[in-house]
Amino acid sequence: MTFMDALAADNRPWAFVRRMLAKVGLSGRGLVIAAPMLWLLIFFLIPFLVVTKIALSELVIASPPYAPMITWTAAGELIVKLNFGNFQFLLGDPLYLNAYLSSIKIAGISTVVALLIAYPMAYFIARANGRTRNLLLMLVVLPFWTSFLLRVYAWIGFLKGNGVINNFLMSVGIIHDPLVMLQTDFAVYIGIVYTYLPFMILPLYANLVKLEDDLLEASADLGARPFTTFLTITLPLSLPGIIAGSMLVFIPAVGEFVIPSLLGGPNTLMIGRVLWDEFFSNRDWPVASSVAIVMLLVLVIPIMFMRNAQERMEERNQ
Amino acid sequence: MKRSPILRIATILGFIFLYAPIVSLVFFSFNENKLVTVWSGFSFKWYGELLQNDQLIRAAWLSLQIAAISATLALVLGTLASVALVRFRRFRGKTLMVGMISAPLVMPDVIIGLSLLLLFVSMEQLIGWPAGRGMMTVIIAHSTFGMAYVAVVVQSRLSDLDISLEEAAQDLGATPARVFFDITLPIISPALVSGWLLSFTLSLDDLVIASFVNGPGSSTLPMVIFSKIRLGVSPDVNALASIIIGIVAIGVIGAMALSRKSEKPSG
Repeated sequence: MTFMDALAADNRPWAFVRRMLAKVGLSGRGLVIAAPMLWLLIFFLIPFLVVTKIALSELVIASPPYAPMITWTAAGELIVKLNFGNFQFLLGDPLYLNAYLSSIKIAGISTVVALLIAYPMAYFIARANGRTRNLLLMLVVLPFWTSFLLRVYAWIGFLKGNGVINNFLMSVGIIHDPLVMLQTDFAVYIGIVYTYLPFMILPLYANLVKLEDDLLEASADLGARPFTTFLTITLPLSLPGIIAGSMLVFIPAVGEFVIPSLLGGPNTLMIGRVLWDEFFSNRDWPVASSVAIVMLLVLVIPIMFMRNAQERMEERNQ
Repeated sequence: MKRSPILRIATILGFIFLYAPIVSLVFFSFNENKLVTVWSGFSFKWYGELLQNDQLIRAAWLSLQIAAISATLALVLGTLASVALVRFRRFRGKTLMVGMISAPLVMPDVIIGLSLLLLFVSMEQLIGWPAGRGMMTVIIAHSTFGMAYVAVVVQSRLSDLDISLEEAAQDLGATPARVFFDITLPIISPALVSGWLLSFTLSLDDLVIASFVNGPGSSTLPMVIFSKIRLGVSPDVNALASIIIGIVAIGVIGAMALSRKSEKPSG
Protein backbone atom coordinates (compact mmCIF):
# COMPACT_ATOMS: atom_id res chain seq x y z
CA MET A 1 0.00 0.00 0.00
CA THR A 2 1.38 3.35 -0.99
CA PHE A 3 1.26 6.38 1.21
CA MET A 4 -1.31 7.99 -1.13
CA ASP A 5 -3.59 5.00 -0.84
CA ALA A 6 -3.44 5.16 2.92
CA LEU A 7 -4.33 8.81 2.78
CA ALA A 8 -7.22 8.13 0.42
CA ALA A 9 -8.51 5.40 2.70
CA ASP A 10 -8.29 7.74 5.65
CA ASN A 11 -10.30 10.38 3.91
CA ARG A 12 -13.36 8.18 3.98
CA PRO A 13 -15.90 9.47 6.50
CA TRP A 14 -16.09 6.12 8.26
CA ALA A 15 -12.37 6.17 8.90
CA PHE A 16 -12.95 9.29 10.93
CA VAL A 17 -15.83 7.63 12.78
CA ARG A 18 -13.62 4.64 13.43
CA ARG A 19 -10.87 6.75 14.94
CA MET A 20 -13.37 8.52 17.18
CA LEU A 21 -14.82 5.20 18.34
CA ALA A 22 -11.37 3.77 18.94
CA LYS A 23 -10.74 6.67 21.28
CA VAL A 24 -13.61 5.58 23.52
CA GLY A 25 -12.42 1.99 23.33
CA LEU A 26 -14.80 0.60 20.72
CA SER A 27 -13.51 -1.30 17.73
CA GLY A 28 -15.47 -1.71 14.52
CA ARG A 29 -15.73 -5.40 15.26
CA GLY A 30 -17.10 -4.77 18.73
CA LEU A 31 -19.71 -2.42 17.32
CA VAL A 32 -20.83 -4.89 14.66
CA ILE A 33 -21.53 -7.40 17.41
CA ALA A 34 -22.85 -5.00 20.03
CA ALA A 35 -25.53 -3.20 18.01
CA PRO A 36 -27.68 -6.22 17.02
CA MET A 37 -26.88 -7.97 20.29
CA LEU A 38 -28.13 -5.11 22.44
CA TRP A 39 -31.22 -4.67 20.29
CA LEU A 40 -32.12 -8.37 20.59
CA LEU A 41 -31.42 -8.44 24.32
CA ILE A 42 -33.63 -5.44 24.99
CA PHE A 43 -36.45 -6.12 22.55
CA PHE A 44 -36.49 -9.89 22.39
CA LEU A 45 -34.99 -11.57 25.45
CA ILE A 46 -35.93 -9.15 28.22
CA PRO A 47 -39.60 -9.05 27.11
CA PHE A 48 -39.83 -12.75 27.95
CA LEU A 49 -38.49 -12.10 31.41
CA VAL A 50 -41.08 -9.37 31.79
CA VAL A 51 -43.83 -11.79 30.68
CA THR A 52 -42.63 -14.32 33.23
CA LYS A 53 -42.62 -11.68 35.93
CA ILE A 54 -46.15 -10.54 35.13
CA ALA A 55 -47.38 -14.13 34.87
CA LEU A 56 -46.29 -14.44 38.50
CA SER A 57 -48.04 -11.28 39.67
CA GLU A 58 -51.52 -10.70 40.90
CA LEU A 59 -54.27 -9.03 38.95
CA VAL A 60 -55.28 -5.65 40.40
CA ILE A 61 -57.66 -3.03 39.13
CA ALA A 62 -55.11 -0.41 38.19
CA SER A 63 -53.09 0.80 35.28
CA PRO A 64 -51.15 -1.32 34.42
CA PRO A 65 -53.42 -4.04 35.82
CA TYR A 66 -50.99 -6.13 37.85
CA ALA A 67 -49.46 -5.93 41.31
CA PRO A 68 -45.74 -5.25 41.67
CA MET A 69 -43.70 -8.37 42.38
CA ILE A 70 -40.91 -6.67 44.28
CA THR A 71 -41.66 -4.00 46.84
CA TRP A 72 -39.58 -2.19 49.44
CA THR A 73 -41.18 -1.67 52.79
CA ALA A 74 -40.76 1.57 54.68
CA ALA A 75 -38.22 -0.19 56.90
CA GLY A 76 -36.10 -0.94 53.84
CA GLU A 77 -36.96 -4.63 53.63
CA LEU A 78 -37.31 -6.23 50.25
CA ILE A 79 -40.52 -8.15 49.69
CA VAL A 80 -40.72 -10.52 46.73
CA LYS A 81 -44.21 -11.77 46.09
CA LEU A 82 -44.51 -14.71 43.74
CA ASN A 83 -48.00 -15.68 42.79
CA PHE A 84 -48.47 -19.05 41.14
CA GLY A 85 -52.22 -18.59 41.28
CA ASN A 86 -52.45 -17.79 37.58
CA PHE A 87 -50.96 -21.12 36.62
CA GLN A 88 -53.21 -22.92 39.11
CA PHE A 89 -56.12 -21.09 37.56
CA LEU A 90 -55.08 -22.30 34.08
CA LEU A 91 -54.91 -25.87 35.33
CA GLY A 92 -58.18 -25.65 37.19
CA ASP A 93 -60.31 -24.23 34.38
CA PRO A 94 -60.96 -26.80 31.61
CA LEU A 95 -61.33 -23.94 29.10
CA TYR A 96 -57.57 -23.48 28.90
CA LEU A 97 -56.65 -27.16 28.77
CA ASN A 98 -59.25 -27.68 26.04
CA ALA A 99 -57.94 -24.69 24.14
CA TYR A 100 -54.39 -26.06 24.20
CA LEU A 101 -55.50 -29.54 23.14
CA SER A 102 -57.77 -28.21 20.44
CA SER A 103 -55.00 -25.91 19.09
CA ILE A 104 -52.60 -28.83 18.91
CA LYS A 105 -55.23 -30.98 17.21
CA ILE A 106 -56.18 -28.32 14.64
CA ALA A 107 -52.54 -27.47 13.94
CA GLY A 108 -51.59 -31.16 13.72
CA ILE A 109 -54.33 -32.18 11.30
CA SER A 110 -53.71 -29.07 9.16
CA THR A 111 -50.00 -29.93 9.03
CA VAL A 112 -50.71 -33.46 7.79
CA VAL A 113 -53.15 -32.20 5.15
CA ALA A 114 -50.68 -29.52 4.04
CA LEU A 115 -47.97 -32.18 3.76
CA LEU A 116 -50.20 -34.40 1.61
CA ILE A 117 -50.96 -31.51 -0.74
CA ALA A 118 -47.43 -30.09 -0.76
CA TYR A 119 -45.42 -33.27 -1.32
CA PRO A 120 -46.56 -34.07 -4.87
CA MET A 121 -46.30 -30.37 -5.77
CA ALA A 122 -42.76 -30.07 -4.40
CA TYR A 123 -41.76 -33.31 -6.12
CA PHE A 124 -43.20 -32.19 -9.44
CA ILE A 125 -41.47 -28.79 -9.22
CA ALA A 126 -38.14 -30.37 -8.24
CA ARG A 127 -38.28 -32.73 -11.23
CA ALA A 128 -39.44 -30.11 -13.75
CA ASN A 129 -36.95 -28.60 -16.19
CA GLY A 130 -35.31 -25.23 -15.57
CA ARG A 131 -37.84 -22.76 -16.95
CA THR A 132 -40.98 -24.49 -15.75
CA ARG A 133 -39.37 -24.94 -12.37
CA ASN A 134 -38.64 -21.23 -11.97
CA LEU A 135 -42.14 -20.32 -13.06
CA LEU A 136 -43.77 -22.77 -10.67
CA LEU A 137 -41.55 -21.67 -7.79
CA MET A 138 -42.57 -18.09 -8.43
CA LEU A 139 -46.22 -19.15 -8.37
CA VAL A 140 -45.65 -20.78 -4.96
CA VAL A 141 -43.91 -17.72 -3.53
CA LEU A 142 -46.28 -15.11 -4.96
CA PRO A 143 -49.20 -15.67 -2.53
CA PHE A 144 -46.71 -15.52 0.34
CA TRP A 145 -45.88 -11.92 -0.58
CA THR A 146 -49.51 -10.82 -0.78
CA SER A 147 -51.27 -9.89 2.39
CA PHE A 148 -51.96 -12.78 4.74
CA LEU A 149 -55.05 -11.01 6.08
CA LEU A 150 -56.49 -10.52 2.61
CA ARG A 151 -55.85 -14.14 1.64
CA VAL A 152 -57.85 -15.25 4.68
CA TYR A 153 -60.49 -12.69 3.71
CA ALA A 154 -60.70 -14.24 0.23
CA TRP A 155 -61.91 -17.46 1.84
CA ILE A 156 -64.82 -15.67 3.54
CA GLY A 157 -66.18 -14.82 0.10
CA PHE A 158 -65.56 -18.38 -1.00
CA LEU A 159 -67.14 -20.23 1.91
CA LYS A 160 -70.04 -18.08 3.09
CA GLY A 161 -73.73 -18.93 2.63
CA ASN A 162 -74.15 -17.07 -0.66
CA GLY A 163 -70.45 -17.39 -1.46
CA VAL A 164 -68.69 -18.69 -4.54
CA ILE A 165 -68.74 -22.40 -3.66
CA ASN A 166 -72.39 -22.49 -2.61
CA ASN A 167 -73.50 -20.44 -5.61
CA PHE A 168 -71.65 -22.78 -7.93
CA LEU A 169 -72.93 -26.00 -6.35
CA MET A 170 -76.50 -24.70 -6.33
CA SER A 171 -76.42 -23.50 -9.92
CA VAL A 172 -75.13 -26.89 -11.05
CA GLY A 173 -77.87 -28.50 -8.99
CA ILE A 174 -75.74 -30.68 -6.71
CA ILE A 175 -77.21 -29.09 -3.59
CA HIS A 176 -80.43 -27.14 -3.03
CA ASP A 177 -79.68 -25.48 0.28
CA PRO A 178 -76.40 -23.69 0.94
CA LEU A 179 -73.85 -25.64 2.96
CA VAL A 180 -72.73 -24.10 6.22
CA MET A 181 -68.95 -23.86 5.84
CA LEU A 182 -67.97 -20.48 7.23
CA GLN A 183 -67.61 -20.22 11.01
CA THR A 184 -66.87 -23.91 11.40
CA ASP A 185 -63.70 -25.83 12.29
CA PHE A 186 -63.63 -26.99 8.67
CA ALA A 187 -63.07 -23.39 7.53
CA VAL A 188 -60.24 -23.03 10.06
CA TYR A 189 -58.52 -26.15 8.68
CA ILE A 190 -58.82 -24.79 5.14
CA GLY A 191 -57.54 -21.38 6.19
CA ILE A 192 -54.46 -22.79 7.93
CA VAL A 193 -53.59 -25.25 5.15
CA TYR A 194 -54.06 -22.51 2.60
CA THR A 195 -51.97 -19.80 4.24
CA TYR A 196 -49.11 -22.05 5.32
CA LEU A 197 -48.88 -24.24 2.20
CA PRO A 198 -45.89 -22.31 0.74
CA PHE A 199 -43.99 -22.89 4.01
CA MET A 200 -44.44 -26.63 3.48
CA ILE A 201 -43.65 -26.67 -0.25
CA LEU A 202 -40.41 -24.67 -0.10
CA PRO A 203 -38.36 -26.80 2.36
CA LEU A 204 -39.66 -29.97 0.68
CA TYR A 205 -38.61 -28.61 -2.69
CA ALA A 206 -35.17 -27.57 -1.37
CA ASN A 207 -34.70 -31.12 -0.16
CA LEU A 208 -36.14 -32.99 -3.16
CA VAL A 209 -34.23 -30.95 -5.72
CA LYS A 210 -31.00 -32.40 -4.30
CA LEU A 211 -32.20 -35.95 -4.80
CA GLU A 212 -29.97 -37.55 -7.38
CA ASP A 213 -31.48 -39.21 -10.42
CA ASP A 214 -28.79 -41.90 -10.23
CA LEU A 215 -30.29 -43.26 -7.03
CA LEU A 216 -33.75 -43.53 -8.55
CA GLU A 217 -32.40 -45.07 -11.75
CA ALA A 218 -30.30 -47.58 -9.84
CA SER A 219 -33.36 -48.59 -7.88
CA ALA A 220 -35.40 -48.96 -11.08
CA ASP A 221 -32.60 -50.95 -12.73
CA LEU A 222 -32.62 -53.32 -9.81
CA GLY A 223 -36.28 -53.98 -10.57
CA ALA A 224 -37.99 -51.85 -7.93
CA ARG A 225 -41.37 -50.50 -8.92
CA PRO A 226 -41.77 -46.72 -8.76
CA PHE A 227 -43.82 -46.93 -5.59
CA THR A 228 -41.20 -49.14 -3.89
CA THR A 229 -38.48 -46.72 -4.96
CA PHE A 230 -40.51 -43.89 -3.47
CA LEU A 231 -40.99 -45.67 -0.15
CA THR A 232 -37.42 -46.94 0.21
CA ILE A 233 -35.38 -44.09 -1.32
CA THR A 234 -37.21 -40.82 -1.87
CA LEU A 235 -39.27 -40.70 1.30
CA PRO A 236 -36.48 -41.52 3.80
CA LEU A 237 -34.09 -39.09 2.09
CA SER A 238 -36.65 -36.29 2.18
CA LEU A 239 -37.38 -36.75 5.88
CA PRO A 240 -35.46 -33.61 7.01
CA GLY A 241 -37.50 -31.57 4.50
CA ILE A 242 -40.72 -33.12 5.78
CA ILE A 243 -39.84 -32.30 9.38
CA ALA A 244 -38.70 -28.75 8.62
CA GLY A 245 -41.82 -28.02 6.56
CA SER A 246 -44.16 -29.59 9.10
CA MET A 247 -42.71 -27.57 11.95
CA LEU A 248 -42.90 -24.35 9.91
CA VAL A 249 -46.63 -25.02 9.55
CA PHE A 250 -47.36 -26.53 12.96
CA ILE A 251 -45.63 -23.98 15.22
CA PRO A 252 -47.27 -20.78 13.95
CA ALA A 253 -50.58 -22.61 13.48
CA VAL A 254 -50.76 -23.47 17.20
CA GLY A 255 -50.65 -19.77 18.12
CA GLU A 256 -52.83 -18.62 15.21
CA PHE A 257 -55.28 -15.84 16.01
CA VAL A 258 -56.48 -14.30 12.74
CA ILE A 259 -57.69 -17.49 11.04
CA PRO A 260 -59.87 -18.84 13.89
CA SER A 261 -61.35 -15.42 14.59
CA LEU A 262 -62.27 -14.73 10.95
CA LEU A 263 -63.14 -18.20 9.65
CA GLY A 264 -63.95 -20.11 12.85
CA GLY A 265 -67.19 -20.15 14.78
CA PRO A 266 -67.76 -19.13 18.37
CA ASN A 267 -66.97 -22.72 19.41
CA THR A 268 -63.62 -22.90 17.64
CA LEU A 269 -61.27 -22.93 20.58
CA MET A 270 -57.68 -21.93 19.90
CA ILE A 271 -55.12 -20.75 22.37
CA GLY A 272 -54.04 -17.67 20.39
CA ARG A 273 -57.62 -16.49 20.49
CA VAL A 274 -57.93 -17.22 24.23
CA LEU A 275 -54.78 -15.18 24.90
CA TRP A 276 -56.13 -12.31 22.79
CA ASP A 277 -59.47 -12.31 24.65
CA GLU A 278 -57.83 -12.51 28.08
CA PHE A 279 -55.74 -9.52 27.15
CA PHE A 280 -58.10 -7.29 25.19
CA SER A 281 -61.54 -8.24 26.52
CA ASN A 282 -60.86 -9.28 30.12
CA ARG A 283 -57.80 -7.04 30.53
CA ASP A 284 -56.30 -9.79 32.67
CA TRP A 285 -52.62 -9.29 31.88
CA PRO A 286 -51.27 -11.82 34.40
CA VAL A 287 -53.46 -14.65 33.04
CA ALA A 288 -52.66 -13.67 29.43
CA SER A 289 -48.96 -13.84 30.32
CA SER A 290 -49.34 -17.27 31.91
CA VAL A 291 -51.17 -18.49 28.80
CA ALA A 292 -48.23 -17.22 26.71
CA ILE A 293 -45.67 -18.98 28.90
CA VAL A 294 -47.49 -22.29 28.77
CA MET A 295 -47.81 -21.90 24.98
CA LEU A 296 -44.05 -21.40 24.76
CA LEU A 297 -43.44 -24.54 26.82
CA VAL A 298 -45.77 -26.48 24.51
CA LEU A 299 -43.83 -25.23 21.48
CA VAL A 300 -40.30 -25.87 22.79
CA ILE A 301 -40.26 -29.52 21.68
CA PRO A 302 -41.37 -28.91 18.07
CA ILE A 303 -38.91 -25.99 17.84
CA MET A 304 -36.04 -28.27 18.94
CA PHE A 305 -37.20 -30.83 16.38
CA MET A 306 -37.09 -28.26 13.64
CA ARG A 307 -33.63 -26.95 14.48
CA ASN A 308 -32.35 -30.49 14.51
CA ALA A 309 -33.83 -31.17 11.06
CA GLN A 310 -32.41 -27.93 9.68
CA GLU A 311 -28.96 -28.75 10.94
CA ARG A 312 -29.13 -32.15 9.30
CA MET A 313 -30.19 -30.54 6.03
CA GLU A 314 -27.29 -28.10 6.20
CA GLU A 315 -24.82 -30.88 6.93
CA ARG A 316 -25.94 -32.77 3.87
CA ASN A 317 -25.63 -29.67 1.70
CA GLN A 318 -21.97 -29.28 2.55
CA MET B 1 -38.72 -42.21 -12.39
CA LYS B 2 -41.04 -40.84 -15.08
CA ARG B 3 -43.40 -38.10 -14.16
CA SER B 4 -46.74 -39.75 -13.69
CA PRO B 5 -49.99 -38.04 -14.72
CA ILE B 6 -51.21 -38.31 -11.13
CA LEU B 7 -48.34 -36.09 -10.03
CA ARG B 8 -49.19 -33.54 -12.70
CA ILE B 9 -52.89 -33.50 -11.76
CA ALA B 10 -52.07 -33.18 -8.06
CA THR B 11 -49.81 -30.22 -8.82
CA ILE B 12 -52.41 -28.51 -10.98
CA LEU B 13 -55.07 -29.01 -8.30
CA GLY B 14 -52.66 -27.61 -5.71
CA PHE B 15 -52.15 -24.46 -7.72
CA ILE B 16 -55.89 -24.10 -8.29
CA PHE B 17 -56.33 -24.30 -4.51
CA LEU B 18 -53.68 -21.58 -4.08
CA TYR B 19 -55.05 -19.22 -6.70
CA ALA B 20 -58.84 -19.72 -6.93
CA PRO B 21 -59.67 -17.56 -3.88
CA ILE B 22 -57.34 -14.78 -5.02
CA VAL B 23 -58.69 -14.79 -8.57
CA SER B 24 -62.29 -14.69 -7.38
CA LEU B 25 -61.45 -11.88 -4.95
CA VAL B 26 -60.07 -9.76 -7.79
CA PHE B 27 -62.92 -10.74 -10.12
CA PHE B 28 -65.63 -9.66 -7.69
CA SER B 29 -63.90 -6.35 -6.97
CA PHE B 30 -65.29 -5.27 -10.36
CA ASN B 31 -68.80 -6.30 -9.35
CA GLU B 32 -71.30 -3.50 -9.22
CA ASN B 33 -73.48 -5.32 -6.65
CA LYS B 34 -73.10 -4.56 -2.96
CA LEU B 35 -73.49 -8.29 -2.27
CA VAL B 36 -69.92 -9.10 -3.16
CA THR B 37 -70.39 -12.60 -4.54
CA VAL B 38 -73.59 -12.01 -6.53
CA TRP B 39 -72.60 -10.72 -9.96
CA SER B 40 -74.76 -7.92 -11.38
CA GLY B 41 -72.49 -5.99 -13.71
CA PHE B 42 -69.03 -4.61 -14.32
CA SER B 43 -68.08 -1.46 -12.46
CA PHE B 44 -65.14 0.48 -11.10
CA LYS B 45 -67.31 2.06 -8.45
CA TRP B 46 -65.68 0.39 -5.42
CA TYR B 47 -62.29 1.63 -6.53
CA GLY B 48 -63.71 5.14 -6.68
CA GLU B 49 -65.21 4.73 -3.23
CA LEU B 50 -61.81 3.66 -1.90
CA LEU B 51 -60.35 7.05 -2.79
CA GLN B 52 -63.08 8.75 -0.74
CA ASN B 53 -62.32 6.73 2.39
CA ASP B 54 -60.11 9.02 4.47
CA GLN B 55 -59.67 6.58 7.34
CA LEU B 56 -58.36 3.89 5.00
CA ILE B 57 -55.98 6.22 3.20
CA ARG B 58 -54.60 7.61 6.46
CA ALA B 59 -54.04 4.08 7.76
CA ALA B 60 -52.37 3.02 4.51
CA TRP B 61 -50.00 6.00 4.64
CA LEU B 62 -49.10 5.28 8.27
CA SER B 63 -48.49 1.61 7.46
CA LEU B 64 -46.24 2.48 4.52
CA GLN B 65 -44.16 4.81 6.70
CA ILE B 66 -43.86 2.23 9.48
CA ALA B 67 -42.91 -0.46 6.96
CA ALA B 68 -40.25 1.66 5.26
CA ILE B 69 -38.59 2.80 8.49
CA SER B 70 -38.71 -0.58 10.22
CA ALA B 71 -37.45 -2.41 7.11
CA THR B 72 -34.47 -0.05 6.94
CA LEU B 73 -33.68 -0.50 10.62
CA ALA B 74 -34.11 -4.26 10.27
CA LEU B 75 -31.78 -4.24 7.26
CA VAL B 76 -28.97 -2.49 9.15
CA LEU B 77 -29.32 -4.60 12.31
CA GLY B 78 -29.87 -7.86 10.45
CA THR B 79 -26.85 -7.29 8.20
CA LEU B 80 -24.61 -6.46 11.17
CA ALA B 81 -25.78 -9.62 12.92
CA SER B 82 -25.14 -11.70 9.80
CA VAL B 83 -21.62 -10.33 9.41
CA ALA B 84 -20.92 -11.08 13.06
CA LEU B 85 -22.30 -14.61 12.84
CA VAL B 86 -20.78 -15.59 9.49
CA ARG B 87 -17.45 -13.74 9.47
CA PHE B 88 -16.37 -13.62 13.12
CA ARG B 89 -15.10 -17.00 14.24
CA ARG B 90 -15.84 -16.80 17.92
CA PHE B 91 -17.12 -14.16 20.26
CA ARG B 92 -18.79 -14.16 23.64
CA GLY B 93 -22.53 -14.70 23.31
CA LYS B 94 -22.46 -16.07 19.77
CA THR B 95 -24.74 -19.00 20.63
CA LEU B 96 -27.12 -16.64 22.39
CA MET B 97 -27.20 -14.41 19.32
CA VAL B 98 -27.88 -17.37 17.00
CA GLY B 99 -30.81 -18.35 19.21
CA MET B 100 -32.22 -14.85 19.57
CA ILE B 101 -32.03 -14.02 15.89
CA SER B 102 -33.75 -17.18 14.71
CA ALA B 103 -36.40 -17.37 17.43
CA PRO B 104 -38.69 -14.61 16.07
CA LEU B 105 -39.10 -16.67 12.88
CA VAL B 106 -41.03 -19.38 14.68
CA MET B 107 -42.50 -17.48 17.62
CA PRO B 108 -46.29 -17.05 17.41
CA ASP B 109 -47.28 -13.42 16.82
CA VAL B 110 -49.45 -13.24 19.92
CA ILE B 111 -46.45 -14.02 22.13
CA ILE B 112 -44.16 -11.47 20.46
CA GLY B 113 -46.87 -8.84 20.62
CA LEU B 114 -47.78 -9.46 24.25
CA SER B 115 -44.17 -9.63 25.47
CA LEU B 116 -43.15 -6.42 23.70
CA LEU B 117 -46.18 -4.55 24.98
CA LEU B 118 -45.42 -5.64 28.55
CA LEU B 119 -41.81 -4.53 28.03
CA PHE B 120 -42.90 -1.09 26.78
CA VAL B 121 -45.29 -0.67 29.71
CA SER B 122 -42.59 -1.66 32.24
CA MET B 123 -40.02 0.58 30.59
CA GLU B 124 -42.39 3.51 30.69
CA GLN B 125 -42.88 2.93 34.42
CA LEU B 126 -39.18 2.61 35.09
CA ILE B 127 -37.51 5.18 32.86
CA GLY B 128 -40.40 7.07 31.33
CA TRP B 129 -39.60 5.93 27.79
CA PRO B 130 -41.32 5.20 25.47
CA ALA B 131 -43.97 7.65 26.62
CA GLY B 132 -47.21 6.10 25.44
CA ARG B 133 -47.49 3.82 22.46
CA GLY B 134 -47.93 4.50 18.79
CA MET B 135 -45.91 4.62 15.62
CA MET B 136 -42.56 4.39 17.40
CA THR B 137 -43.37 1.23 19.38
CA VAL B 138 -44.77 -0.45 16.24
CA ILE B 139 -41.56 0.40 14.39
CA ILE B 140 -39.44 -1.13 17.16
CA ALA B 141 -41.55 -4.30 17.16
CA HIS B 142 -41.47 -4.66 13.39
CA SER B 143 -37.72 -4.04 13.19
CA THR B 144 -37.17 -6.81 15.72
CA PHE B 145 -38.88 -9.54 13.71
CA GLY B 146 -37.80 -7.99 10.40
CA MET B 147 -34.13 -8.30 11.34
CA ALA B 148 -34.59 -12.03 11.85
CA TYR B 149 -35.78 -12.40 8.25
CA VAL B 150 -33.03 -10.12 6.91
CA ALA B 151 -30.48 -12.22 8.81
CA VAL B 152 -31.70 -15.46 7.20
CA VAL B 153 -31.38 -14.04 3.68
CA VAL B 154 -28.07 -12.20 4.21
CA GLN B 155 -26.42 -15.02 6.18
CA SER B 156 -27.00 -17.52 3.41
CA ARG B 157 -25.63 -15.09 0.81
CA LEU B 158 -22.59 -14.27 2.98
CA SER B 159 -21.68 -17.89 3.53
CA ASP B 160 -21.91 -18.60 -0.21
CA LEU B 161 -19.64 -15.65 -0.92
CA ASP B 162 -16.12 -16.48 -2.08
CA ILE B 163 -14.03 -15.34 0.88
CA SER B 164 -10.85 -15.09 -1.23
CA LEU B 165 -12.10 -11.78 -2.68
CA GLU B 166 -12.25 -10.25 0.78
CA GLU B 167 -8.91 -11.77 1.70
CA ALA B 168 -7.32 -10.35 -1.45
CA ALA B 169 -8.54 -6.87 -0.59
CA GLN B 170 -7.29 -7.27 2.95
CA ASP B 171 -3.87 -8.44 1.70
CA LEU B 172 -3.70 -5.30 -0.41
CA GLY B 173 -4.03 -3.31 2.78
CA ALA B 174 -7.70 -2.40 2.96
CA THR B 175 -9.14 -2.00 6.44
CA PRO B 176 -11.93 -4.41 7.42
CA ALA B 177 -14.49 -1.61 7.09
CA ARG B 178 -13.23 -0.70 3.63
CA VAL B 179 -13.33 -4.36 2.56
CA PHE B 180 -16.92 -4.51 3.74
CA PHE B 181 -18.10 -1.35 2.00
CA ASP B 182 -16.13 -1.78 -1.24
CA ILE B 183 -16.19 -5.55 -1.75
CA THR B 184 -18.75 -7.35 0.39
CA LEU B 185 -21.63 -4.87 0.26
CA PRO B 186 -21.86 -4.59 -3.55
CA ILE B 187 -21.75 -8.37 -3.94
CA ILE B 188 -24.46 -9.08 -1.36
CA SER B 189 -26.66 -6.18 -2.48
CA PRO B 190 -29.31 -8.44 -4.13
CA ALA B 191 -29.72 -10.22 -0.79
CA LEU B 192 -30.00 -6.85 0.95
CA VAL B 193 -32.75 -5.79 -1.46
CA SER B 194 -34.75 -8.97 -0.93
CA GLY B 195 -34.20 -8.79 2.84
CA TRP B 196 -35.49 -5.22 2.91
CA LEU B 197 -38.50 -6.08 0.74
CA LEU B 198 -39.28 -9.10 2.90
CA SER B 199 -39.36 -7.14 6.12
CA PHE B 200 -41.23 -4.29 4.41
CA THR B 201 -43.96 -6.71 3.29
CA LEU B 202 -44.15 -8.45 6.65
CA SER B 203 -44.49 -5.11 8.43
CA LEU B 204 -47.20 -3.98 6.03
CA ASP B 205 -49.04 -7.24 6.64
CA ASP B 206 -48.81 -7.50 10.41
CA LEU B 207 -52.04 -7.27 12.37
CA VAL B 208 -51.43 -9.10 15.63
CA ILE B 209 -48.19 -7.53 16.86
CA ALA B 210 -49.29 -4.04 15.85
CA SER B 211 -52.61 -4.50 17.69
CA PHE B 212 -50.71 -5.22 20.90
CA VAL B 213 -48.05 -2.52 20.78
CA ASN B 214 -50.02 0.24 19.09
CA GLY B 215 -51.63 3.06 20.99
CA PRO B 216 -55.05 4.62 20.43
CA GLY B 217 -55.62 6.78 17.39
CA SER B 218 -52.94 5.35 15.13
CA SER B 219 -54.55 2.34 13.47
CA THR B 220 -52.46 0.66 10.81
CA LEU B 221 -53.96 -0.58 7.56
CA PRO B 222 -54.31 -4.23 8.66
CA MET B 223 -56.06 -3.08 11.84
CA VAL B 224 -58.60 -1.08 9.83
CA ILE B 225 -59.11 -3.94 7.37
CA PHE B 226 -59.52 -6.44 10.19
CA SER B 227 -62.19 -4.45 11.95
CA LYS B 228 -64.02 -4.08 8.61
CA ILE B 229 -63.91 -7.73 7.56
CA ARG B 230 -64.87 -8.99 10.99
CA LEU B 231 -68.34 -7.86 10.01
CA GLY B 232 -68.25 -9.81 6.73
CA VAL B 233 -67.24 -9.23 3.13
CA SER B 234 -67.38 -5.73 1.77
CA PRO B 235 -66.79 -4.71 -1.85
CA ASP B 236 -64.33 -1.90 -1.15
CA VAL B 237 -62.04 -4.33 0.72
CA ASN B 238 -62.07 -6.45 -2.44
CA ALA B 239 -60.98 -3.41 -4.45
CA LEU B 240 -58.24 -2.59 -1.97
CA ALA B 241 -57.05 -6.21 -1.96
CA SER B 242 -56.92 -6.24 -5.75
CA ILE B 243 -54.73 -3.14 -5.78
CA ILE B 244 -52.33 -4.65 -3.22
CA ILE B 245 -52.21 -7.99 -5.05
CA GLY B 246 -51.56 -6.19 -8.33
CA ILE B 247 -48.66 -4.18 -6.90
CA VAL B 248 -47.14 -7.25 -5.26
CA ALA B 249 -47.47 -9.37 -8.40
CA ILE B 250 -45.75 -6.73 -10.51
CA GLY B 251 -43.04 -6.32 -7.89
CA VAL B 252 -42.31 -10.02 -7.47
CA ILE B 253 -42.33 -10.77 -11.20
CA GLY B 254 -40.11 -7.74 -11.84
CA ALA B 255 -37.66 -8.73 -9.11
CA MET B 256 -37.46 -12.29 -10.43
CA ALA B 257 -36.85 -11.08 -13.98
CA LEU B 258 -34.13 -8.73 -12.73
CA SER B 259 -32.40 -11.37 -10.63
CA ARG B 260 -32.42 -13.81 -13.55
CA LYS B 261 -30.84 -11.16 -15.75
CA SER B 262 -28.10 -10.49 -13.22
CA GLU B 263 -27.46 -14.20 -12.70
CA LYS B 264 -27.03 -14.99 -16.38
CA PRO B 265 -23.56 -13.58 -17.09
CA SER B 266 -22.00 -15.50 -14.22
CA GLY B 267 -23.53 -18.64 -15.56
